[in-house]
Amino acid sequence: MDPVIRLRSAVALVGRFPVLAGVDLDVSPAEIVLLQGANGAGKTSILRACAGLLRVVAGEAYVLGVDLTIDARAVRRRVGLLGHATALYDDLTVVDNVTFAVRASGADRAGVAPALAHLGLTGRLPQTRVAALSAGQRRRVALATLVARDPELWLLDEPHAGLDAEHRDLLDELILAAVGRGRTVVLASHERHRAHALAGRIVTVAGGATAPAVPATPGDTASAGSPVVADPEATSVA
Amino acid sequence: MWRDALLVAGKDLRVEARSRVTTNQVAPYALVVLLLFGFAFNQDRYVLTHVGPGLFWIAVLLCALLAVQRSFSLESADGARDGLRLSGLDGGGIFLGKAMAIAAQLAVLEVILALGVVVLFGTRMADPLLLVVTCALATAGLAAAGTVYGVMAAGLRVRETLLPLLLLPVLAPVLLGATQAWLAAIGLATGSGWRWLTLLAAFAAIYLTLGVLAFGTLLEEA
Amino acid sequence: MTLSSRRSSTSSRATRIVGGFTLLGVVALLVLGLVVSPPDPIQGETVRLIYVHPASATMCYVGFGICALASIAYLWPRTRNMRWDRLAGASAEVGVAFCVACLVSGSIWGRYSWGVWWTWDARLTLTALLLVVFLGYLALRRTGGDPAGRAKRAAITALCCFIVVPIDHEATNWWVTLHQKDTLFRIGKAPLIQGWQLGTMLLSFVVFALLFTWMLLHRLSVEHMEARLEDEGYVWAVAERRAEGSAGDEAVLPAGGPRPGPVVTAVPAAGPPPLGTGTMSRTRREEGR
Repeated sequence: MDPVIRLRSAVALVGRFPVLAGVDLDVSPAEIVLLQGANGAGKTSILRACAGLLRVVAGEAYVLGVDLTIDARAVRRRVGLLGHATALYDDLTVVDNVTFAVRASGADRAGVAPALAHLGLTGRLPQTRVAALSAGQRRRVALATLVARDPELWLLDEPHAGLDAEHRDLLDELILAAVGRGRTVVLASHERHRAHALAGRIVTVAGGATAPAVPATPGDTASAGSPVVADPEATSVA
Repeated sequence: MWRDALLVAGKDLRVEARSRVTTNQVAPYALVVLLLFGFAFNQDRYVLTHVGPGLFWIAVLLCALLAVQRSFSLESADGARDGLRLSGLDGGGIFLGKAMAIAAQLAVLEVILALGVVVLFGTRMADPLLLVVTCALATAGLAAAGTVYGVMAAGLRVRETLLPLLLLPVLAPVLLGATQAWLAAIGLATGSGWRWLTLLAAFAAIYLTLGVLAFGTLLEEA
Repeated sequence: MTLSSRRSSTSSRATRIVGGFTLLGVVALLVLGLVVSPPDPIQGETVRLIYVHPASATMCYVGFGICALASIAYLWPRTRNMRWDRLAGASAEVGVAFCVACLVSGSIWGRYSWGVWWTWDARLTLTALLLVVFLGYLALRRTGGDPAGRAKRAAITALCCFIVVPIDHEATNWWVTLHQKDTLFRIGKAPLIQGWQLGTMLLSFVVFALLFTWMLLHRLSVEHMEARLEDEGYVWAVAERRAEGSAGDEAVLPAGGPRPGPVVTAVPAAGPPPLGTGTMSRTRREEGR
């Protein structure tokens, strides 16, 4: 089966700074991959590059069969990125925001109401202006957009941040359900226990490149004992 | 493209309907500008009547600048521009949508300003058909050029100061053409006002074409 | 790719030759313009501005024209090359300099011929409009950011600026003819010049063209060096960025040499591939020759 993501020595610049300095990454369909690494290691940049937002200027980069070095725009409607910023318009209501995002990406607006309900955005919340929401609620709105769109590839940047325990569990369920439907998920998270339990594979990022995986210590995965498979090919670097 | 345009225009106008920035801030600002012109020209009725059309269009230009800035500051908040890029909307569609929303707001402002010019300066409103067509063409040109330059400056740290420098000189022919058309309409300029409309139409057509073609690229580089 | 091959000044053989001729030309123009050519019977000494004003106006339009053409060449996918971007920026800058010279000399002349510093003449208005438009363009160029993105943005702006020149031209023409019934004295209707005056004026065009070329070559050289600095910074920055990850245990940094040191050889064996689309690969090829 064709890989969903295939990066080889991918380099991306922000201004003159190489945020990605040679990333190798392979992700297969219906996989959950966790990117881990220190702050500023390049996790967010990998996700943004895969979403077609950050131009890959050197190396190879294919996402869902699209060559990102040629036209990154072609992939955008097929991926969903949940970033630090929620890309919501403060002056619009929750339902307006989600409906606009869903229609803009060409998805069916029928999915909006169930998605809002799923994320617990019910009662007066759908008609509330986003500016009046808490940080956690904003993230739930952004998640609802993602759920309503249900893209082929989910790119989640610190998805657990700002959510309460109940909604973290809900998020994990959503991710597993998406993978069950054949979606692919790449996430970056500092929530070690939660993310390790979720991920099928862990890739370590450092210095804008994927580094050889650190063998998982028992302590890291003790909480769940999930399979942590370090793919030597995918994470190899010079 | 048109579907995308309507979607974006609807979104921008809905934001305006909820935030009321144009009606509550820009419109009063426009009236303040008119009052200041009155002070500057020492309430000289003769001068004000004669320069009224020009002052009207200068006020419209300043309002257009604010409308463009507002339209793109919306998109710069909380990663909204990334959201717009990620949505995969057609670049030309986003351009037309944003230009339509700006044009709609400018049209409202022009009505308010025209009333202000008539009441405060005593400028006459002759040949309404010519005036309406002038306003329509000039507004299309202002919105189109404003949207092109707005996105060009949107991603820059210096956008607030750079945008007026980039935009206002480019809009000079619109100011010239629209003012002359109005002056001709009220008989203060010789010649027919209609010839100026070809100029306004050409300006609008050029910037609408440029915007549809280039907006996607500019949004990427912003 | 050695340090010695890097020029430390913006002069080259071309600039020195052009510069030499320019210097000779300027001296000749000064002698002819200020000493040999006679004062005008009507305009007196101010006629000597005719050896500055028309030539600088021409060079100003040439500069803006080159800027527009180079921008089109950059936007055209088949000819996309950062050289066009650099040419557009350099020629716009030199064009702005000549535009200022043209407006200032015209204004001085106007003061003595017409009694006013400024008149709303069509050509004058259009030139002033072009000046502010291109000042905006230059301001946009200085905003930094990703070089390719900045180049594309600047090229589209230049095109936007230039495409409305016919409209500006028509607008100012109509506007002035509607306003001023009495046509003012203009260069086009200047008394027929001949003899030394004609010769000196023709020389002024040649000298200004040389001066333009000389300035353009120097500006291009500066732009080229800046671009190369960025490119060399790229290889270093990628290595440095990767070293952040290996924090000490493996030396991935280019060995020795201050930044920007010897570059290509110092890249780690499995270092980043060269930029496919940026300026760098091209610059390297140029240097390889």
